[in-house]
Amino acid sequence: MNAWLNFFIDALAFGAVFIYGSTGEIITEKAGHLNLGIPGIMCMGGAGGCLFLQLFAKTLPSVLLVPFAIVASFLMAALMGLIYSFMTVTLRANQNVTGLAMTTFGSGLMMTIMSRLQATVYLNKPKKMFRFPFAARTDALQRIGVMFFLAIAVAVVASYLLYKTKLGLHLRAIGENPATADAVGINVTRYKYVATCIGSGIAGLGGFYYIIDYMGSQEAYKSIEAFGWLAIALVIFALWRPHMTILGSFVFGVLFCCSSSISVIASKISWFNVTMSTTPILKMLPYVVTIVVLVISSIRNKRENQPPAALGVSYFREDR
Amino acid sequence: MQAQNNDIVLELRGISKTFGSIRANHDVNFDLRRGEILSLLGENGSGKTTLMNMVSGIYYPDAGQILVNGEEVSIASPHDAFKYKIGMIHQHFKLVDIFTAAENIVLGVESEEKFNMNEVNKRVLEISEKYGFHIDPTKKIYDMSVSEKQTVEIIKVLYRGADILILDEPTAVLTPQEVQKLFAVLRNMRNDGKSIIIITHKLHEVLALSDRVSVLRKGESIGTVNTKETSESKLTEMMVGKKVTLNIDRSDVTNAEERLAIQNLTAFNQEGVKVLDDINFTAFGGEILGIAGIAGSGQRELLEAIAGLQPISDGQIIFHRPKKNLPVTFFHKSLFEIKEMAKEGKFHDKEGKPVSFVGKTTSTIVKEVNDGNVIFNDDEIMNLRDKTPLQIRELGVRLSFVPEDRLGMGLVGNMNLTDNMMLRSYRKGKSVFVNRKNPENLATKVVHDLEVVTPSIKTPVRRLSGGNVQKVLVGREIASAPKVLMAAYPVRGLDINSSYLIYNLLNEQKKNGTAVIFVGEDLDVLLALCDRIVVMNSGCVSEIVDARSVTKEEVGFLMTKNTKEAE
Repeated sequence: MNAWLNFFIDALAFGAVFIYGSTGEIITEKAGHLNLGIPGIMCMGGAGGCLFLQLFAKTLPSVLLVPFAIVASFLMAALMGLIYSFMTVTLRANQNVTGLAMTTFGSGLMMTIMSRLQATVYLNKPKKMFRFPFAARTDALQRIGVMFFLAIAVAVVASYLLYKTKLGLHLRAIGENPATADAVGINVTRYKYVATCIGSGIAGLGGFYYIIDYMGSQEAYKSIEAFGWLAIALVIFALWRPHMTILGSFVFGVLFCCSSSISVIASKISWFNVTMSTTPILKMLPYVVTIVVLVISSIRNKRENQPPAALGVSYFREDR
Repeated sequence: MQAQNNDIVLELRGISKTFGSIRANHDVNFDLRRGEILSLLGENGSGKTTLMNMVSGIYYPDAGQILVNGEEVSIASPHDAFKYKIGMIHQHFKLVDIFTAAENIVLGVESEEKFNMNEVNKRVLEISEKYGFHIDPTKKIYDMSVSEKQTVEIIKVLYRGADILILDEPTAVLTPQEVQKLFAVLRNMRNDGKSIIIITHKLHEVLALSDRVSVLRKGESIGTVNTKETSESKLTEMMVGKKVTLNIDRSDVTNAEERLAIQNLTAFNQEGVKVLDDINFTAFGGEILGIAGIAGSGQRELLEAIAGLQPISDGQIIFHRPKKNLPVTFFHKSLFEIKEMAKEGKFHDKEGKPVSFVGKTTSTIVKEVNDGNVIFNDDEIMNLRDKTPLQIRELGVRLSFVPEDRLGMGLVGNMNLTDNMMLRSYRKGKSVFVNRKNPENLATKVVHDLEVVTPSIKTPVRRLSGGNVQKVLVGREIASAPKVLMAAYPVRGLDINSSYLIYNLLNEQKKNGTAVIFVGEDLDVLLALCDRIVVMNSGCVSEIVDARSVTKEEVGFLMTKNTKEAE
């Protein structure tokens, strides 16, 4: 039984990476911008946080170090979002191309930064601080730390803001029909910038969380980019609702952890015969599930479950 | 400070606006009183909407002053307009489809109170009860009819506390019952002290609803009159003005042949509204048939129905293929078809005797056909109903269509001149590779003959000016030597010289025996260019008139009179 509990807690903790990534992407997409730079932005969020730890881990007390590192990670990712917004909102560059460029750029730059940091400084001591409040435990709960709860909070707050406040109403209106929003006096450009930067910042926390908290290992940064793509897929799974990413990321987490802890599970189930070749098939599952969700939501064709109508389309007021 | 009944709430002084070389408004003066409904009347392109867009902050005037309640104001954005309690309901609704009515209404409203959707819904209901609307605040826009969407737009403006409402052709999309409802609501608002401007070109509505009428013609204000002291004929005269003589060379029609007959054509649009209602007319080869009408009277649907783009629910489109006294060839007809047609007695030989293949061998028949000894008695008659544009072309019907939307339907903006020429010929030939040589030659010829100003034939057409784009399109369509040439607003947005070039091209086609169908908006041009004019009025043919004898006022009246009431 304990193995199952460990497995689910592990899946939950791992899923938080996607909560950050997809909540950030949802906020950006609600403003009408398809940000394919999320993988790169998550990388940069990770690099930003680690860089901060490298510089200040020895001087700052742990009470300040954790929140400041989170802020640093957020700001680094938001900076990437700012570049993306400048390209796509102001210069009206193609969003897909810009996004892909951001991903390539972000992951490359992260590699450069991370390879120059010293794991003994930025990782070994600080990672325990992030494991608060369960740091002292030895069971699976110690995998859950401060940034896990932050992820849940971010998703819930984002959902509340999007669906219950005027701010969210305005933002969703921009993603659906920017001309209409413009005509009623909403500052479309400002909203797009702010949403993209905040969304990117949130996504960046996912990368930082993965390195410092979930994995806590030196090699962790190498797989962030892959999870970035999964986070984008999760946006579709969650039907553009941030609170749904909590459920979605758990499902993704379970499916993904299946592939890594498969031997543990297999030993419990006698009929389940595992070979090495099963693992890649299991790794495909999150993507298969995304496709299934996409098919189902397209068949049901409920207007509320479709992507924002103006997603990927640059808005230019004089284009009448 | 008790407001007097005829307080002036909005005044425009000497407003002018130009777009490039086009003068949309020139020195317009205009005033609006508290608690009145004022109609802004004018033909298409007379600058009504532009003028009101300046009041509502979409455009900024080049010159002139806008005064609200006696104070000069500067309205640079719709936001500013709301500040002065001015709200405009545009023809094309600006609504977010997946939001509810109330969400759309509250969008962008600044208030100190905490945002609460229930409160908003309540207020929306209050407003709608006050003025007699019927609306469910929680209904999604995508579930709504056009009339409901319009209601949302009106409440959106009222919710922001507007005292001056501008409605741009509000009845264009409504059924007669819905129009009556709207008018009742507007009268309630007037009685509540709101000032309302309705932009329209429907005279009976002006007379039924408004207190005063202000008339615009070609961007200039002609005058404002009290509705009680005017009549349809007086307003028509103000609207269309005196006849302007144009120097268009119109030749007489010689031996016109029946080419295209439209019989009982009826069609519905996607919303299920009847857009064409029992249309009947015949277009003859060698004449220019004009189609006049207020915008949206069904001209576009008519041309698209003929071209095979608009599904029709009833009626026939009969094309007379000019074959009379021409020999039949295997190029157009198979041997089997020729035999069948011979049985029906459709051919004669060179001596004029009827052709019969009875008892002849196939090789004799083939020889006779190849010798040109099998000649059509009459034009071939084909029905183009329910045919796609491709099928029409494959039938060998040379039908050319210059659509209203040049860069949308006519040409591909991002492709160069040659590629655009190729849109008509890419199916020719059996090779996997397309033939680029001929389209290139054609593009060069069009550029040369029509004096298209372009850096090269490799330039994307969207980079050309409006007039040159139109020349390219018309040039391509004429190049296929059409038997029927349909042109929708071919001179819209063109300068004088380009316009005349297009008129001359159309006249040339007429002399070649083509049946030209010309949809126009400028009555002077229609009267000077066309031989006959089909006047359309809300999807019906109002009357077919002789362009040489009819007066401008008569056409104007036929365009605007309310046929439904007259019946």
